[in-house]
Amino acid sequence: MADRAARGQAHLWVVQRITAMILALAVLVHLATIITAVRGGLSAREILARTQGSEAWLGFYVVFALAAGLHGAIGLRNIAGETLGWRGRGLDFCWLGLGLLTAAFGIRAAFGLYA
Amino acid sequence: MKQLKVSVWRGEEAGCFARYDVPARDNQTVLDVVTHIQRELDPSLAYRFACRVGMCGSCAMTVNGRARWTCRTHVRKVAGADGALELRPLANLPVIRDLVADLAPFFDKWQRAQGFFKPKDAPNGAVPDEFAVVAPGSEARREADAGIECIGCAVCYASCDVVAWNQDYLGPAALNRAWTLVNDARDGARGERLDAVAGDAGCHSCHSTRSCTERCPKQIDPSGAIAGLKRTLFWDSLFGGKRHG
Repeated sequence: MADRAARGQAHLWVVQRITAMILALAVLVHLATIITAVRGGLSAREILARTQGSEAWLGFYVVFALAAGLHGAIGLRNIAGETLGWRGRGLDFCWLGLGLLTAAFGIRAAFGLYA
Repeated sequence: MKQLKVSVWRGEEAGCFARYDVPARDNQTVLDVVTHIQRELDPSLAYRFACRVGMCGSCAMTVNGRARWTCRTHVRKVAGADGALELRPLANLPVIRDLVADLAPFFDKWQRAQGFFKPKDAPNGAVPDEFAVVAPGSEARREADAGIECIGCAVCYASCDVVAWNQDYLGPAALNRAWTLVNDARDGARGERLDAVAGDAGCHSCHSTRSCTERCPKQIDPSGAIAGLKRTLFWDSLFGGKRHG
């Protein structure tokens, strides 16, 4: 049982490291897009022209939102464990749920721009 | 003669500092100072030592806020210009009395980290027919050699912030020992050991702030050993295959 819990925690650690690698690239793409997009003013039409019907942008933002949601939630879990002593398998599932919920909001927004 | 102003922790968890004046000498270790107090000034002072030459790992204490092996720490390197010394028992461990910390939690965690050799060829303790051939220059053997000289003084354990935050955390020494065994070609418990050192109580809680490496009196790098365990468990968690190999 202890081994299974430890293995679960190791998996959370692996997820956080992999999402960090994804975020390092995704944030760069995101910043480059912002800098390019605001040139000559920012308009809803211009944004939709880029994203509507584009599977590439949808895919990018889905991956970005998932990585950000999970990475942030796992980080908060670690901080809560170390500073407040909030630990346990039940709480881990809550944090995971929170991360996926945050990601779902981002994915819904990305889908709104795609549809 | 110049005097050292020595404050020494007296009592248990709840206690207070007592002040002693100890003659300063040209060549004097912190352990010499403690021994002087116990032999000449106050025989009721409790402290621990054995070899006095940096082999046994029993004399570690907190000296002016830092965990150190006292038998190999010269007073002139740690005392202030005014000759002030403050001695406490090791941090992160229960206090038995005065300068003696209870090392039971520290060694219990070595056991929990599976920090003991389990021969692959002779699980029942029998002597194997053949000697294992281990190339001294192989990467695994070099990793094991780098961490094998630990004397179990608990200086790293007392210096670790993560131990202070999480009482279950195995600590640098136990994880370093586990890493030497993970790299030992003759050991047969790789999978069990990796399970034992994974997760929040294990290597994954380490923040790599390297206090253990900075303060290890034997210049071992437990922080690097923990990073090695994390690396091994990263690929192990992704692909799983080698865990019980």
